[in-house]
Amino acid sequence: MDRFVFLVGGGVARGTVLALFALSLVLIWRAARIVNFAAGAMAVVAAYVAVGVAQATGGWWWGALAGVVAGGLLGAAVERGLMRYATTPLGGVILAIGLVMVLQSALGIVAGPQHVPVAPPVSDQPWSLGGVPVGSPYDVLVVAVALGLMLGLRLLFTRTTLGLRLRASAFAPEVSRLLGVRVARMRTVAWALASAVAALAALLLLPTELGLNPHATDVLFVLAFTVAVVGGLDSPGGALVGGIGVGVLMSLVTGYLGAGVTPIAVLALLVVVLLVRPQGLVAGVEARRA
Amino acid sequence: MRLLPTAGPARVLVVALLGTLGVIAGTFALDPYRNYQLALVAAYLCATAGLTVLVGLSGQLSLGHSALMAAGGYGYALTASALADAPGVARVLAGLVGAVMVSGAVGLLLGLAGARLHGPYLAGLTLTLVVALPAVASTVPGLGGDQGVRAPLERVPDALDRVIALEQWHAWVATAVAAAVLGTLHVLARGRTGLRMRAVRDDATAAALAGIAPDRTKVLAFVVASTAAGLGGAVLVLVTQSVTPGGYGLATSLLLLVAVVVGGLGSLAGAAVGAVLVVLLPWLVATLVDALPVPDELAQRLDGNLALLVFGLALVVLMAAAPAGVVGTWRAARARRTARRTAGTDPSTSAHHEGSHR
Repeated sequence: MDRFVFLVGGGVARGTVLALFALSLVLIWRAARIVNFAAGAMAVVAAYVAVGVAQATGGWWWGALAGVVAGGLLGAAVERGLMRYATTPLGGVILAIGLVMVLQSALGIVAGPQHVPVAPPVSDQPWSLGGVPVGSPYDVLVVAVALGLMLGLRLLFTRTTLGLRLRASAFAPEVSRLLGVRVARMRTVAWALASAVAALAALLLLPTELGLNPHATDVLFVLAFTVAVVGGLDSPGGALVGGIGVGVLMSLVTGYLGAGVTPIAVLALLVVVLLVRPQGLVAGVEARRA
Repeated sequence: MRLLPTAGPARVLVVALLGTLGVIAGTFALDPYRNYQLALVAAYLCATAGLTVLVGLSGQLSLGHSALMAAGGYGYALTASALADAPGVARVLAGLVGAVMVSGAVGLLLGLAGARLHGPYLAGLTLTLVVALPAVASTVPGLGGDQGVRAPLERVPDALDRVIALEQWHAWVATAVAAAVLGTLHVLARGRTGLRMRAVRDDATAAALAGIAPDRTKVLAFVVASTAAGLGGAVLVLVTQSVTPGGYGLATSLLLLVAVVVGGLGSLAGAAVGAVLVVLLPWLVATLVDALPVPDELAQRLDGNLALLVFGLALVVLMAAAPAGVVGTWRAARARRTARRTAGTDPSTSAHHEGSHR
């Protein structure tokens, strides 16, 4: 039972990071009907910027700020410079794959393959509650930042003019253009926003992993894709529920069956969800096309 | 004057046989290492040819083709090891059958899932398959974990022992397998099956109204492509005598995708161009880096990464500027030239070329 509580606690913290990253995929999917297969590689570039700035200034928070800004700029640049050429969904995926290869190999040449250890900004030693380890200050920070950011995004989308424009251009581009919304610019804003969110998710994950290297987010991306599919690619709420669900499941599988089985569990979950409920567990509005 | 049968499978059979004999004759002019590279090209050609049919004709994107190659490789290695006492040629044939069965079964499962999914979902599912491959190899008993499975060394048959070297024999077998795969895919792609695949890719509803079963067509495309990839994996194991999960990672999958995009989606000739690039470019880049006066550490970083960088740039630039690929762009240019020369007298040839090689 102690072990179960500990595993669930760790799973929730990891799950909110997955949810955050999946939210980035959902934002781009809603804005552009593209699954951003380059999200992981772009977040790694932002993480290298963050770690570089953190080492130069000595402050984790300065690094995180720089990483998020870098992620946003990279997202806008990718949308402006590259994804404009994606005329078909297939073309969009292939362009993103090309970007992954370019970014990861360029990082491999510039930074090298070694893992750069990333220290957490607050302690990651778990508290003990009557002898049972129940999550660390870092877990609390991760959950607080992730949930705060999701709340902020929700307010942005539902309460501000920019959010209204973003939603309008995602759901009815032609009508929005007629009403004077700059749809192309809104798509760029959505990419920048989503990439900044993904960069932050990668930064929150890194201290709990081996460290930063060009392939540090490969597994994160696969997991986040699973989360987005489980929750429904159109549903931000589904990303949160799916993220915590997948995070807890992974934590339990790793804890009881061993880390080696985890990728198989992800594959099995993805296959089952795609075969049984391809529109996602939470969203159920329209059949999936594209 | 026509020396060849004009059309149909008979012509394909003759061309494939002549091509195989031509390549086999050519192997005598190559040194052992070049023959080894030729065998690798033939192995990757099986995989890229299947992938180009899958992506180009049926419109399904697989990011997991290296896992399907691995499935074929395991099928070959396990069958051939079980028959270690059998005579060489029979063992190779049995191994190839094993590869077809394993990769076909995996492809059938993926295809059944893929028929219900569209673009990014299938891509994500196959991506997850590649990422899970090492875990599968460690968990399933008999697959040997990270060490993989070894396959027996196939020696040159006694009758040829004095004539050819080991690498040359491997190149012969690889060429024969690749020719069989290419011939089969060509017949399928040019025939009724290919037409059905293109119809389903362009508009599944219209195809269904015309009496085509979209799901069955998509599943068939996936099974055909994964069997071709499995045979490629089997040839790779024949040449290298072992199959490990590390050899079939995400990077290999992405390289296969680059190969078919660079060559031109849906074009078997393009798949051949791509397979040659996938084998030769990393080797050329490594040779170049060795020759350059750079420090050891930088050379280590450039090794592998530089080739991937070139491939990634090629993928992005081609997809943005020339989605038809090298072969498609060349064909389109030739068709334009022909059309200009004949000035509209016979537009059917150019229309035929553009229409059938998307």
